[in-house]
Amino acid sequence: MMLSIKNIHANIEGKAILKGINLDIKAGEVHAIMGPNGSGKSTLAAVLAGREEYEVTEGTISFLDKNLLDLSIEDRARAGLFLAFQYPVEIPGVSTTNFIKAAVNEKRKYNGQEPLDALAFLKVMKEKMAMVEIDQSLLSRSINEGFSGGEKKRNEIFQMAMLEPKLAILDETDSGLDIDALRIVANGINQLRNEHRAILLITHYQRLLDYIQPDYVHVLYNGRIVKSGSKELALELEEKGYDFITDETDLTAKA
Amino acid sequence: MNEDLDMLEQSALNDYKYGFVTNIDTDTIPKGLNEGVITLISKKKNEPDWMLAWRLKAYAYWLKLEEPNWANIKHPPISYQDIIYYAAPKQKEQLSSLDEVDPELLKTFEKLGISLNEQKRLTGVAVDVVMDSVSIATSFKEQLSEIGVIFCSISEAIQKHPELVKKYLGSVVPMTDNYFAALNAAVFTDGSFCYIPKGVRCPMELSTYFRINAENSGQFERTLIIAEEGSYMSYLEGCTAPMRDENQLHAAVVELIAMEKAEIKYSTVQNWYPGDKEGNGGIYNFVTKRGICQGDYAKISWTQVETGSAITWKYPSVILKGDYSIGEFYSVAFTNHHQQADTGTKMIHLGKHTRSRIVAKGISAGQSQNSYRGLVRTAKGAINARNYSQCDSLLLGDKCGAHTFPYIEVKNKTAIIEHEATTSKIGEDQLFYCRQRGIDGEAAVALIVNGFAKEVMNQLPMEFAIEAQKLLAISMEGSVG
Ligand SMILES: Nc1ncnc2c1ncn2[C@@H]1O[C@H](COP(=O)(O)OP(=O)(O)OP(=O)(O)O)[C@@H](O)[C@H]1O
Ligand SMILES: [Mg+2]
Repeated sequence: MMLSIKNIHANIEGKAILKGINLDIKAGEVHAIMGPNGSGKSTLAAVLAGREEYEVTEGTISFLDKNLLDLSIEDRARAGLFLAFQYPVEIPGVSTTNFIKAAVNEKRKYNGQEPLDALAFLKVMKEKMAMVEIDQSLLSRSINEGFSGGEKKRNEIFQMAMLEPKLAILDETDSGLDIDALRIVANGINQLRNEHRAILLITHYQRLLDYIQPDYVHVLYNGRIVKSGSKELALELEEKGYDFITDETDLTAKA
Repeated sequence: MNEDLDMLEQSALNDYKYGFVTNIDTDTIPKGLNEGVITLISKKKNEPDWMLAWRLKAYAYWLKLEEPNWANIKHPPISYQDIIYYAAPKQKEQLSSLDEVDPELLKTFEKLGISLNEQKRLTGVAVDVVMDSVSIATSFKEQLSEIGVIFCSISEAIQKHPELVKKYLGSVVPMTDNYFAALNAAVFTDGSFCYIPKGVRCPMELSTYFRINAENSGQFERTLIIAEEGSYMSYLEGCTAPMRDENQLHAAVVELIAMEKAEIKYSTVQNWYPGDKEGNGGIYNFVTKRGICQGDYAKISWTQVETGSAITWKYPSVILKGDYSIGEFYSVAFTNHHQQADTGTKMIHLGKHTRSRIVAKGISAGQSQNSYRGLVRTAKGAINARNYSQCDSLLLGDKCGAHTFPYIEVKNKTAIIEHEATTSKIGEDQLFYCRQRGIDGEAAVALIVNGFAKEVMNQLPMEFAIEAQKLLAISMEGSVG
């Protein structure tokens, strides 16, 4: 098992957001998580990445046979956990290329590898740039500063390609993309899909899942996974909305 | 949240790497300040009578003044009678070559990364080295003199070029300018002198390295730079001091004169001992720096990276007298622990079509206070004067302060003054983003801070930019839990 989440409860500022999440992900699998706004999808991603504002009050998470909750944010990243942010932040004055180079070399150091020299780095970069059709000029600018919404998302996937994670969590990477950009980004993700890598896709839209066919679809509602199924579940949701699941859940909760 | 904050505070803990003391015999005079002391200093330097008269006049004026108290800084009263006003490392009177410099001193400067050996030095930089009250050595003097550039200590200039010194000393910063300028005029001991003749583009960076070594002493240096018509020069100063528990006073004066179409680029990397984590010790840095664009199309550009000193009080300014002249001020001020900085600039527009640009970046950590104070004044005759000011503050942690005091005085309706200011906290989101990519917190803070300061760092000559970047990283270094 690559990732095994057992009964995770998490709070922010004393408020319970995740209320018992269970989820197992194997290498090679693609899982989609859907669910209404505010249900806790980004919170789950943040807890996995180790964001310290969130307090895990109950449960365990193992990642590659390690206790994930014992690892620092940076060690989780270096061990192969990658989060494509729903809202990537701007860091003025820090060039995207230098930033990614620092990240790549931190990871190499963690794995006992020599840092990439400028030439080798450039070569890898060229290759991955082609994969997500990202422009060189974007990468020489300050990271995310003044990037359009779509450019930010594309830059996240570019970083994923550069860092070659074991587990990639993509938080609404499809939101804000135009039709062409969606196709390009989805293409990039599909190229990164392989038997050694797992992907957790957080999305609101079926249209992404038309490109990237998930092995499983889960519905997160009010801090719990209330329904899991195959890719057909997403189509059903598209057609009927969340009500048919959430009403059911609310009823059981009341009973 | 709290863990992240702790980390920021942790990363603001630094070690000062230049805090060692050189064991060398020092020729010092007794503590205290009076006419006798000033006469003694003048005599030790074998000065002409006019110089002594000038000093005594300044002293008499200083006695009438009160220490200024308008800056956003706090410190116990400075006891001017407890300071040693002259301290000189003992060495042979007249050095015929650099080889005669005391090996202990050479070692000191090697340790600080300053090689006095011309062969070993980067060929693009000539350096004048000042320890305590005297200039120890100046490199590349001969090569420079072949093209008419005079680069020597101010003491030497008083002896060899009295006509130039007499003409320009105090012409930009008069002895009556302010309390510390008056004090400096009375007791200044050494500093650098540069003269670039008409039409000469100085082929190398000229630089001065200031080092305080002796205990209980103050350093009062004076620098005078004259760029004749159509000339260009780039100058850099650096400074360090040993770690000591008591505060030491550094009160310098720098005067720049740029004639028609001349350009002076003056860069400072200020790294005086900042005091310890509890705020004990450190240098009190009260400095008056001012340049005048005397002729049309002259340009003066100040760039400063301020990381040291317990207190920094400093406003490198430009008087834009010539028409179409340009003044620039680029500043990064980093304060940590209990450091206090009150720094900025004055741009005085007198000539027509004069332009000035101010970019000030303040970074505060620990319990430090960091203030930007700037004045932009356009006189009646300054038709079409333009100023653009940008002041950005970055806070690391929540126990420090950032303040901005912009003053604008416009006496001409055609002037256009723009001012932008921002204050931001180093974002938890930014830190999380970096750490999620495997960049640890300390490296992330350094990355973010360097990014913040980049626009100013880019103004420094290449090799110094790298040094300054390292310095900034070291200033923030600490153990991250
Ligand atoms: N710092 C915070 N303080 C208080 N509540 C918070 C904080 N951060 C998140 N929340 C709350 O946690 C809940 C879950 O938020 P989360 O961002 O995980 O939702 P989401 O499922 O990702 O929603 P969306 O689809 O809109 O992205 C929301 O009700 C949100 O308001
Ligand atoms: Mg979300």
